[in-house]
Amino acid sequence: MASSPIRAGNTAPTIPAHWRDFVALTKPRVMTLVVFTGLCGLLAAPGHIHPILGFTAILCIALGAGAAATLNQWYEADIDAKMKRTANRPIPAGRMDRQSALHFGVGLSFFSVLLMGVATNWLASAVLAVSILFYVFIYTIWLKPRTVQNIVIGGAAGAFPPVIGWAAVTGDISALPVALFMLIFFWTPPHFWALALFVKTDYAAAGIPMLPVVSGEVVTRRQIWFYTAIMAVAAMAPVLLHLTGPVYGTAALLGTGLFAVFAFQVLRRRESDPARMAPEKRLFKYSILYLFLLFGAVVVDRWMFA
Amino acid sequence: MTPDEDRQVRARQKSRAIVTGLLLGALVILFYAITIAKIGGGH
Repeated sequence: MASSPIRAGNTAPTIPAHWRDFVALTKPRVMTLVVFTGLCGLLAAPGHIHPILGFTAILCIALGAGAAATLNQWYEADIDAKMKRTANRPIPAGRMDRQSALHFGVGLSFFSVLLMGVATNWLASAVLAVSILFYVFIYTIWLKPRTVQNIVIGGAAGAFPPVIGWAAVTGDISALPVALFMLIFFWTPPHFWALALFVKTDYAAAGIPMLPVVSGEVVTRRQIWFYTAIMAVAAMAPVLLHLTGPVYGTAALLGTGLFAVFAFQVLRRRESDPARMAPEKRLFKYSILYLFLLFGAVVVDRWMFA
Repeated sequence: MTPDEDRQVRARQKSRAIVTGLLLGALVILFYAITIAKIGGGH
């Protein structure tokens, strides 16, 4: 009985969901980058925060991201059921009813936002609330099923963590966290579209208007290149505005240069078989490393030269 | 509900209760630590 799948979300499984499935809803792997960029925002900020309060701020960012991911899966259970990559998630696989996911997601959202406010300050709490609401309402419900620009604007949701980390320490938002926000914002399209190129068939089956599905691969490759160019400007902005020093400057120059090389290789190719998309997969993997590198460099730089 | 299903439900409820208990314990410690940090002028 526990193994008999249900139609996503419409009937409740008789067996209560395993606690591991609640953890799975929060997408712990995706959370890594969110936590890291939030931590870097916190560590790069001027001023002091008690380690316990700093830990709590990062915990709240992680829980907020988990809540947003949970609510995303609550809303998209039917779509997830159509994609091989997502069909085994707790709701489409029939291991959890939709309402449990909704309650868990809403509860976790309120808890993370309130705890952030109590432990640090209400500006950080408000930005965390905005990031969750943006991800759920603007990205998941509004943009994702309607426009090919879904991940461009929706990517803003993932760009908030360094701003939240910074605000948790300082109680304000200045130029550097805004610059870091812009870096993640413009990094998201090339990162996500590189992935979309080689999982295109999955998105097509679910009817999600991802760029490769609607406009084709050639347009997607051009858009990856276009946004890489804007991302390069965003990556160099902290250097040009004298917000960071030589460590970040060197990392940004070399890291972005390599990013551009990989993006250019993707631009020139016309391969449509996902099994033969090594450069596209390389760009996707490198894009993650790139963000880790640049955010790590911001922290080192601020500690050494600020 | 068959005895086997009943056993499964109870096992699932037990594991969830244990995890919930551990999380509540962790929250008690966290809130205590936050309070101490705040009283000590940590922020």
